[in-house]
Amino acid sequence: MNFNASLKIMLWALILMLSVQTARAEELLMVRIERPFDDAINDLQIAIQEHGYQVARIQRVDVGLASGGYATAEYRLVFFGKPAEMREIEDRYPQLLPYLPLKIVIFAEGNSALALSYNPALLQTFFKIDPLQSRVQQWEKDIRSILNQLSRP
Amino acid sequence: MIPKKVQQRFFIPAIIVGLALSALSTSTSGAALNGAALYEHYCAACHGNQGKGGVGVPLALPDFLAVANDDFLRKTIRLGRPGRVMPAFQQLSETEVDAIVAYIRGWAPAHTAIVETSPIKGKSERGEKLYASFCAACHGDRGEGSHGTGVTFSRPRDLPVLAPALNNPGFLAAASDVMIKTTLIRGRQGTPMLSFLKRGLNEQDIDDIVVYVRGFAQKPLPLPVKAGADEPPTIERMSPYGMQQTLDKLKNAIGGANLRLIRTESFDQAFAGKEKENKHHVVVDSCDFNFLNQALKIDPRVGLFLPCRFILSEHNGKVSISAVNPKRLSEIFNNSELNQLCDQMYKVYVDIIEETVF
Repeated sequence: MNFNASLKIMLWALILMLSVQTARAEELLMVRIERPFDDAINDLQIAIQEHGYQVARIQRVDVGLASGGYATAEYRLVFFGKPAEMREIEDRYPQLLPYLPLKIVIFAEGNSALALSYNPALLQTFFKIDPLQSRVQQWEKDIRSILNQLSRP
Repeated sequence: MIPKKVQQRFFIPAIIVGLALSALSTSTSGAALNGAALYEHYCAACHGNQGKGGVGVPLALPDFLAVANDDFLRKTIRLGRPGRVMPAFQQLSETEVDAIVAYIRGWAPAHTAIVETSPIKGKSERGEKLYASFCAACHGDRGEGSHGTGVTFSRPRDLPVLAPALNNPGFLAAASDVMIKTTLIRGRQGTPMLSFLKRGLNEQDIDDIVVYVRGFAQKPLPLPVKAGADEPPTIERMSPYGMQQTLDKLKNAIGGANLRLIRTESFDQAFAGKEKENKHHVVVDSCDFNFLNQALKIDPRVGLFLPCRFILSEHNGKVSISAVNPKRLSEIFNNSELNQLCDQMYKVYVDIIEETVF
């Protein structure tokens, strides 16, 4: 085998090995919102409510950073859920609580905003709770729909 | 009845040609119909709707599109950049990848096609010295690239555009020698990358650098810190104390680790109100703003880890304490620098939890 051939084999083997780690594009759900940040976060709250969820808290991140002297763009965490579902999870599946309520991160990027969430399907991968499968699928569908609604002009 | 020989001579080739034309037609119509929609769905969040960049590097740069041929774009979409944020879109079909490539290609002022793929010859030893003088300041001593992500719209950074990791196996598989050479010759307007001819190098110097860069494939860096695919999703310990005592000890441990306590409340307080809250599940939120600032420079999407949250749960008189395992969650970001920070954060979480239950 000549040098170039063995180099190619080595490279492809490395890529194959590493690509297993990177084939997870849909575990992170993310959209760009071509609107100023204030409009984007307002629309996000409306979209969450229109999908039947209650916004539990909006956590500002930029204030804590700015008070420490850091320059940063506007940055919020929006926690949300359905009260009855959250109550059931508390009672029956408390191991999920560190990952709940559901959360969308939104931050300014120039004149646009980015919104992202982990794919709730991850919870099924992590915890493998069969009775929760359809609930998790519904959360995924709703978060995709909320993000799609936001990304529309 | 059609004789077997006629079948073999006419029908089988006709079917093959038909299938090929059909595939071509699907590919063409896919490119025409779906490129913009596919780009918007899979790429725009990071690279911007108009390819101007963001978390991802800008794509609509004339100098980039002039040297990046379709094969480079296809391989980049397929293989991503392991450990450098850009995921590998292996779930897309060939037609979908072609449609995205055609859409990106539409930003080029004119169709460009560097199809030349033969290896460039040069002296790696000379290239190494030239690389150290002309490339390493931005691309790193061993081609590891600059820190952070994309461009700097959301936070201040040293460079306006992320310098690519030239040692990344995804990059080395996608970029031909000629593409690298042409980039060095042309430079890339809109980025700090200047033409190396204008910086005083000649073509042989550039060839030597290309050969040195290509050699990164033979000298891979030690594997980056991996995200914890085999890690449990949460860090959890049982407390030997009651709820209130565990809570007090947790707050002390958070203070001892120099995290700022943000709030303590029942998990469902925001949903149920103070009257009906379930006091068996308590959330303690905290933050290390110095650490957060570092993490935001590495990846602006780290809000998904926030805040540093501990959950106290009481069941049948037994109290447990748990938190998200950052090593496990980091896996979805494909960012080896972030993996390192999550490794540190994991240790901080474990220290806090173990001090609480000690």
